[in-house]
Amino acid sequence: MTTVDSAQTDAGTGPSPPKRGKSSGWSEARVAWLFILPAGILLLLFIVIPFALAIVFSFTNQRLISPLATRFVGIENYIDQLTDALFWKSLWNNARFSLFVVPIQTAIALMLAVLVNQKFRGRTAFRTIFFTPVTVVMAAAATIWILLFNANGLINAALEIVTFGNFSPDWLNSTTWAMPAIIMVSMWQGVGFQMIILLAALQDVPTELYEAASIDGASTWEQFRNVTLPGIRNQLIFVLTVTTILAMRLFDQPTLMPRTAGGPLDSTRTAMVHMVDIGFSRQAIGRGSAIAVIFFVIVLGLTLAQRSFLREEGEV
Amino acid sequence: MTTKTKAGSGDVSSSVRSSPVWRWILYAIMIVLAILFLFPLVYMVSSSLKPDDQVLANSDSFEAFLPIPFVGLENYTDAIERAQLPRVFMNSVIISGFIVGLGLIVNSLFGYALARLRFKGKKLILAIVIALIIIPFEALAVPLLFMGAEVGWLDTYQIQILPFIANPLFIFLFYTFFLGIPKSLEEAARIDGAGPVKVFTRVVAPLAKPAYATVAILGFLFSWGQFLWPSMVTRGIEVRPLPVGIGVFKTTPPVAWGDIMAYTVLMTLPLLIIFLIFQRQFVQGVASSGVKG
Repeated sequence: MTTVDSAQTDAGTGPSPPKRGKSSGWSEARVAWLFILPAGILLLLFIVIPFALAIVFSFTNQRLISPLATRFVGIENYIDQLTDALFWKSLWNNARFSLFVVPIQTAIALMLAVLVNQKFRGRTAFRTIFFTPVTVVMAAAATIWILLFNANGLINAALEIVTFGNFSPDWLNSTTWAMPAIIMVSMWQGVGFQMIILLAALQDVPTELYEAASIDGASTWEQFRNVTLPGIRNQLIFVLTVTTILAMRLFDQPTLMPRTAGGPLDSTRTAMVHMVDIGFSRQAIGRGSAIAVIFFVIVLGLTLAQRSFLREEGEV
Repeated sequence: MTTKTKAGSGDVSSSVRSSPVWRWILYAIMIVLAILFLFPLVYMVSSSLKPDDQVLANSDSFEAFLPIPFVGLENYTDAIERAQLPRVFMNSVIISGFIVGLGLIVNSLFGYALARLRFKGKKLILAIVIALIIIPFEALAVPLLFMGAEVGWLDTYQIQILPFIANPLFIFLFYTFFLGIPKSLEEAARIDGAGPVKVFTRVVAPLAKPAYATVAILGFLFSWGQFLWPSMVTRGIEVRPLPVGIGVFKTTPPVAWGDIMAYTVLMTLPLLIIFLIFQRQFVQGVASSGVKG
C-alpha cells in the first residue's frame, strides 16, 4: 500500500516519465528504508540486542565459559551487588570524583572561555593551547602524569620547594592521594572540550544585552551574573550533565595509573572498574550485566534530570 | 535593583578593560595558564630524548624540561622495536579508519532518510534513535563480550570496528544538519528529474561538508583513544591498538621512562598534527556537539 502511495506522489512531483532509469523510478519509501538499513542493522546488532541481553543476563547466572547450564536466578545478582560493600565503595569513588571534577572543571572551563573571549592579540593561540590536551588520548595523558606524580617526580619536586619539604606524598600509592591525582589528570585533559562548548555559547549571547546592561550601570560582575550566565544556561546545563555522566564512566585513569587497577586498596575503584573486574576478569557475565543495568539506570536518571531542567527554561 | 549602589561602575570597568594595566594582567594570567596546560607535553618530549635513568633524576631542576643529556632518537627506536609499534600503529589506523569512514556513510544516510524522505514509521524510528543515544557503551560491554566470544571474534579487527560504526548521536547530528538545509535546492534537482539517491549524493551531501567534518573529527577523537573495549577483546599484540599496546612497558621491572615517553609521543603526534591543521574544524565540531541539549 505504502509503495503505491509514494510512487504516486513521486510521479506527481517529478515531471520526468515514471519508467525511466530504475534508480529514479524507486519509490521514496523504498529509498528511505534502503538508507536506514545499513546503520539500522548495526544499531540492532550492537546496541539493541546487547542491551536486551544485559537485562536478560542480569537475571541469570551466565558465565563467559562454563560447563554448567545457565539458569534463571531472579534478582539474586542485584541483591548481591546492592549488599556488596565493594559495589557501594565503587559508586562512592565515582561520587567523590564527580563532586570535585564536575563543579571545579566546569568553573575553570567557564573562566577559560570568558578569558579567550576577550578581545586581545593572540587569543586564538591561547584557545588552541587550552584545547591541545583534549587531543592527547587518555592512555597517553595517564602515562605522562604517572611519571609526573612519581614519588620523586616533577610534581613533588615543585611541591617540596613551595612547602619547604613538608608535603610530598607518594601520590599513586596512597589511598588518600591517588584519587586527587586522577582528578587532576582528568581536568587537565578534559577542560578544553568544555571550554569550547561554553565559548560557542558565550559568542551567541547578543551584544545588545551587554550594551543595555552597561548603560544601566551594571558592573562587570553584575553583567556576568545577569546577562552571561542566563544567556549560556542551556549549554552550562549540558556541560554539567555530560561531565557528570562521563564521571560515572571513569575507567581509563584508575585502570592505568595506580599499580593495580582501582588501587591502592580499592581507593580508586569506580563502577566501571568494578563491572569489568566482575563481568570480564572474573567472567561472571550475569553479575556484570546487573551492574551494567544499574549503571544504565543512573545515567538515565541524570539525563532525564537534565531534560527537565532544560524544559523548565523553555516554559519560563 | 542592584544598579543604584554601582552607579557609574560600568564606565570604570570598561575603562579598566581597555587600560594597559588590565591588558598586562590578562596576558600574565594567560601565560601562567598556558604553562600549566603545556608543561606535561614539553616534559613528555624532553623525557623521550634522554637516557631512561635520567628522566626522574632530573626532576628537581629545569633540566627536566630540556633534553639533557641528549640521546637522539635512541628511545624511539627502542620503543618502536619493543612495542612492535608499526604493527600497533597500523592497527589503530585500520580500526579508527573503518569506524570513521563507514560511519560517515551509514550515519549520514540514516540521518537524511529521517530528515527528508517520507515513509511510514518515521516518527517511531526517530524516537528510537534518540532513546539509543542515552545508552552508554559501557552498559553493553559485558553482553557484547559474550556475543563476540560466542561467534569466535575475540582478537579480531571486526569486533573492534563493527560495534562503533553506527552511532545514534552522529545520526542525530546529521539529522539536525539536514533539516537546516533549504528544501528548495533539493526540489530544484527533483524537477530536473533526479531521484532521491541522486539528490542525496549530488546535492545534499556536498552541502553537508561541515557536518561530515564534525562527525569525522568527533569520531576520530573517540575511536583513537579507546581503551576499555580493546583491553577486553584483545589479548595479543596482533590486533591491539595504541592505547592498549602501551601495556608492554608495564611488565618489566626497570621502568624505561625514556622509551615509554617516546611511545606516548608517537601515540599523541598524529592526532596533534591533525588537530593543528584542522583547528577551526575541530573547534566548530566540538562546539556543535554542545548545541543540542
